[in-house]
Amino acid sequence: MIRALILCLILALPVSAQETIVTDLSRDQVSITADFQGSEIFIFGAVKRDAPVLEGAGPLDVIIEVSGPPAELTVRRKDKRFGIWVNADSVTVDRAPSFYTIAATSPMGDILSDRERQSRNLGLDFAVQGEAEDFRAAVIRIKQAEGNYATEETPVNLTEDTLFTTEVALPANLIEGDYTATIYLVRNQQIISASSQVIEVRKAGLEKWLYDMAQDQALWYGLMSLAVALLAGWGASELFRLLRR
Amino acid sequence: MQIYLPIAEVSVNIFLLLGLGGLVGILSGMFGVGGGFLMTPLLFFIGIPPAVAVATEANQIVASSFSGVLAHLRRKTVDLKMGAVLLIGGLIGAALGVQVFKMLREIGQVDLLISLSYVVFLGVIGGLMFLESLRAIRRAKRPGPKPKIKRHTWIHGLPFKMRFRTSNLYISVIPPLVVGALVGVLAAIMGVGGGFIMVPAMIYVLGMPTKVVVGTSLFQIIFVTGFTTLMHATQNHTVDAMLALLLLLGGVVGAQIGARIGVRMKAEQLRILLALMVLAVCGKLAADLIFMPSELYSIGESGH
Repeated sequence: MIRALILCLILALPVSAQETIVTDLSRDQVSITADFQGSEIFIFGAVKRDAPVLEGAGPLDVIIEVSGPPAELTVRRKDKRFGIWVNADSVTVDRAPSFYTIAATSPMGDILSDRERQSRNLGLDFAVQGEAEDFRAAVIRIKQAEGNYATEETPVNLTEDTLFTTEVALPANLIEGDYTATIYLVRNQQIISASSQVIEVRKAGLEKWLYDMAQDQALWYGLMSLAVALLAGWGASELFRLLRR
Repeated sequence: MQIYLPIAEVSVNIFLLLGLGGLVGILSGMFGVGGGFLMTPLLFFIGIPPAVAVATEANQIVASSFSGVLAHLRRKTVDLKMGAVLLIGGLIGAALGVQVFKMLREIGQVDLLISLSYVVFLGVIGGLMFLESLRAIRRAKRPGPKPKIKRHTWIHGLPFKMRFRTSNLYISVIPPLVVGALVGVLAAIMGVGGGFIMVPAMIYVLGMPTKVVVGTSLFQIIFVTGFTTLMHATQNHTVDAMLALLLLLGGVVGAQIGARIGVRMKAEQLRILLALMVLAVCGKLAADLIFMPSELYSIGESGH
């Protein structure tokens, strides 16, 4: 059904000189509710071309990058001082996305030159940027252990050099922000076309209400927390007094 | 079933939280302590950020101590006047503690401060309690004259004396103020009510009669932890209402069950068990400080 739609879309579009991408996501909004258990996002699209591919052109590959909002991080290293392990050095890692995963038709290192990857900040080696190499590597290691950075590439299905699909899993401990899904078309170690989509990840319902209140009306939030605590304490005391009779 | 905690920003199993609340509740009901000193480290172990764990635990203690103090008020075993004096000290201490906490959080040493406070206080209290109960058990086996508690110490030489009728005491207000302040600082930094320090201090330093000690301690703890909750909520935005509620539900039920188990056990056995538990938590935290951690690096609060 989706594929048929895309095909219709491609046929209806005006012709252009290059290979370009038509793409969509199964969802472009993710709501973090109290029972949020992670989310799967289905990314699909098609390659649109007006003329047949030239002979001798290398094989077509697709790379899909899904990246969370980047932030500056303070990374600390423990060191032994006075016989105990304490945070000693602290280094700023200039840019680290909150979430990162790559999906590709073949291993990315084989199909795309390092220079191209560097210019697009593509792949964990280039997406996480910082002066101190061991601190940068630590961010990748920690985020991978948390499940926020993928340890391996997800496969992308490419049919007839035209239709591509993949599925990206977002973990349960996601943070809010605008995530981007970028699709790259690759031939001969070079990116020939790119297209981006935004995935809005937002807290919703009770989560949003509590979070906003804690930030914007901190005093009322504190008082509410106290009221809940006192009520529960009183409730438990009364309940068990009744049961004891 | 997983639940996403809005402030901690982690997804945790809901039954794990209810279970933890229940387990610590049972222990607190058995031993008559708030259980914060056990719950806060347990929350660290399951991956709640320490700043959130400490602030949220303060909120939970409000609930459990309020539940407890109601029972003591009915039995008239709360010295309200002494409680008020301890409270004044407590509020000063808590305000100070939250500031220290905020400052250390900015320079990335708050985890160390929390761990160190735990190791020191749990080690000292656990050790003393363990030795004391061993001695009590040996005394019980070899009957003899009970050692007399000295009722007149240097404490009684201090100025600003005040009469506390319920406790049957006429002492200076300085020692209770100091004890209150110390517990207030601990409440803010460690996310504990401080009962495990306050109760021995009231008996041995202030010389209060044992029957009013627990109720008075709980009375003061409600206000200090309540104040701490408010301070953390307004200054650090680290109170997680969802986490607190889940811990609470497990905790209040567990406390009642624990109280029933406690009645069937001997006091010395209870105290020695509690001491061993305190020492075990202390040992685990100390090991984390002494042995090389598997991951030397940690990601702090995002820099601005």
